[in-house]
Amino acid sequence: MVNPTPDQAIKLEVDNLTISYGTNAILRDVSFQVREREIFGIIGPANSGKTSFLRTLNRMNEFVPGMRVDGQILFDGQDVRNFTNVFALRRRVGVVFPLPVGLPMTVYDNVALAPRLTGVKKKADLDVIVERCLTRAALWDEVKDRLHALGSLLSGGQQQRLTIARALSQDPELLLLDEFSIAVDPVTTMRIEDVLKELRSEMTIVMVTNLVQQARRLAERTAFFLNGELVEVGETEEFFTGTVQDPRTREYVEGKFG
Amino acid sequence: MFEATALNRRNERVEWLWKVLFLLMTLILVVPVIIILSVLVYKGHGAITWEFMTEMARSGGREGGIFPALVGTIWLVGVALLASVPLGVASAIYLSEYAPDNWFTRVINLAIINLAGVPSIVHALFGVGAFVLFFRFGASILAASLTLAIMTLPVVIVATRESLQAVPRAFREACWNMGATRWQTIRRVVLPNAVSGILTGVILEVSRTAGETAPIMFTGAAMFIPFLPQSVFDQTMALSYHLFIISNSIPGVAEETKYGVALVLITLVLAMNALSIAFRVYLRGKKKW
Amino acid sequence: MHPNPASQLDPPATPAGPTARARHGSLHRRDLAWYLDKAVGIVVFVGGVSAIIFILGIFAFITKEGMTFIFGDMNLKEFFTSPNWRPTDAVPEYGALALIVGTASVTGLAMLVSVPFSLGAAVFIGEFATGKVRESLKVLVELLAAIPSVVWGFIGFMIMKELIEDVFGVPVGLGILNAGIILGLMAAPIMTTIAEDALKAVPDTYREAAEAMGATRWQIILKVVFPAAKNGLLGAVLLGVGRGFGETMAVLMASGHAIQLPGSIFDSIRALTATIAAELGETAAGSPHHGALFTLGILLFVVTFIINLSADLIVRGIRKKN
Repeated sequence: MVNPTPDQAIKLEVDNLTISYGTNAILRDVSFQVREREIFGIIGPANSGKTSFLRTLNRMNEFVPGMRVDGQILFDGQDVRNFTNVFALRRRVGVVFPLPVGLPMTVYDNVALAPRLTGVKKKADLDVIVERCLTRAALWDEVKDRLHALGSLLSGGQQQRLTIARALSQDPELLLLDEFSIAVDPVTTMRIEDVLKELRSEMTIVMVTNLVQQARRLAERTAFFLNGELVEVGETEEFFTGTVQDPRTREYVEGKFG
Repeated sequence: MFEATALNRRNERVEWLWKVLFLLMTLILVVPVIIILSVLVYKGHGAITWEFMTEMARSGGREGGIFPALVGTIWLVGVALLASVPLGVASAIYLSEYAPDNWFTRVINLAIINLAGVPSIVHALFGVGAFVLFFRFGASILAASLTLAIMTLPVVIVATRESLQAVPRAFREACWNMGATRWQTIRRVVLPNAVSGILTGVILEVSRTAGETAPIMFTGAAMFIPFLPQSVFDQTMALSYHLFIISNSIPGVAEETKYGVALVLITLVLAMNALSIAFRVYLRGKKKW
Repeated sequence: MHPNPASQLDPPATPAGPTARARHGSLHRRDLAWYLDKAVGIVVFVGGVSAIIFILGIFAFITKEGMTFIFGDMNLKEFFTSPNWRPTDAVPEYGALALIVGTASVTGLAMLVSVPFSLGAAVFIGEFATGKVRESLKVLVELLAAIPSVVWGFIGFMIMKELIEDVFGVPVGLGILNAGIILGLMAAPIMTTIAEDALKAVPDTYREAAEAMGATRWQIILKVVFPAAKNGLLGAVLLGVGRGFGETMAVLMASGHAIQLPGSIFDSIRALTATIAAELGETAAGSPHHGALFTLGILLFVVTFIINLSADLIVRGIRKKN
């Protein structure tokens, strides 16, 4: 297939990726590409290897004992495993978990943490970053009067937006979202989706979701994972206009299983 | 409604009997100790005066106060903490944050258990063999405190490890995902949330260290020195050893004085212990997540 | 065509200004944070290993000091079978039997006194007591465990001695009985705490299942909880034994001072630990007597090591099963 927009470089290239625990493969021989500044959706039922896949992108799999990764992941054309400084890789990659994690420090410190880690010290600079990221995560108005309350005691929806603000404070090139709406009310979900639509002009977003319609609303292209296999990958709209190649994909997007 | 049957009533009576029996067993352990402590208070409180606490000892401890022993105990505990807290916290950080689940880690845990279980007099022998003789510190505060530090190291390690592990893993992962190194994560997220738990352990260690006698008998505690220690290379009097000496070795010490020293020592130790417990209960009620 | 962000035209405004992405640092170069992390990793590893170093160090140093005796005046047969410990005589004798028997008899009596009551207290605290009573008892037990051994020795020497003299009409109230009771009271809080932990480790589902079958509380404890917790309870008793075996100050002060094979529980004895505590101050480093005391230390170290090791293995065994 010819790339329809040649100006879009490849951000991630996944080549023959296999993830396994011992002899049990979670993801088998997966290959696809994610372009610069697109929202790339990954859909599929539970236990199809989506979350494990996300962990390998910033090498968080190294914290899971017994997890084995074969094949290649190229980040801007370079194998992630060849990076000497894995922390620099993780700084480039923002991550939002399914369950919101507000760190047990103030809201302000939550968002200021990543800049501080990279040496931003001046209060004025931090103030700008904190306000900016909280605003972008659609949380500023709700917390601007209690920036010094504990982030871990906010409501679930607020904590999830705080997590997003924290990821944005890294100014990531790649943002990974893992079923971000699972613990969040519908209103907050819509607000976060609006935020994501704005962010796509600045960063590449890989979004794992269990909601097919969410992928349709947000993702330009989508991959369908099933039982550790990549069934197919393509323009998201094709999934819904009946031009899919695999019958399993059609059944899944039509809600016949999953 | 159920009718109370004869069997039912009999069972209830038996149940009640057992409960009372076990209560009695508990009381048999607890009540004598409380009576004994009351005797200590009753016989010793008369000795405790301002002069008793602040004056130097005279004529081998028969007269005067216990000031040098009190100061000596503070020296011993202080130096022991300086050595054992950093080491114990480092050890706990390794075990909680770095150590893989393998045989080597199990050996470390076994060593910690044994460090806590080795008899105090064996620690004393080690202190003599290593610090007094081999490293030539002589009998000194330094030798005694290092012996105490090694002996009470498990207290700090266990308390610190527990409070580190009480911090949920999700916080660490969130931090790692932002590109924080392990150490940055520990320093910015884990330690700040564990520090009060560590403090609880340290207070507990103070209580343990202050009461120990055997490890300091031959490594730095002196029977009678009528002046205060000037450096860690001096010998010193200590409250616990002083109690042993005046009740066991020095004839002609007034009974009230002996009880007074015992009362001061046990008050010090139990107060620190109670403080640690109270602090723990307070922390339990104060949730941060 | 999908909607193209067409971001090539205007460079994105980044949240932290144009320099934020520059701060991500090189992917190929180690920075200060990387080296600092490595350094801390090494430091805490040393801390982690320190416990092993200390245990080995303890063994090495007491063995080093004991060597002069073990390869000198020591006669293995005499050491374990002769009750004559006369290290200061013109012809010194180093029979440790009386000391071993002394330690064993005091520890044995202490366990006889405190094991039933400790386990009973653990059952009451763990299975019967609730709410405030339970919490208060636990705190109390914890405080009792904190009483220093020299204070226990003092209690034996001053209070228990007179009590025994009055009650039993013996001339001197220091001996096996006194030291045994004191040691029993000392070891009880530890055994109670660990035994209670073991009872608590038994899953509530066991109790609920038995309750559903109409068993009374006592039946549940006897038939369900005890069998399930038996390893933990054994571990608790072993740790109590270890504590009694290694206790120094209390035994030194409460057991009298006679080196003899005891004939009754009122007899005065000398324990292994107390012998070291009483005599080490009078010996010159390098002398046979000095070495002999360190050899007693080796014996204490090895026995407590075995006790602690088995207690740990037993207690870990139940944790694994659950």
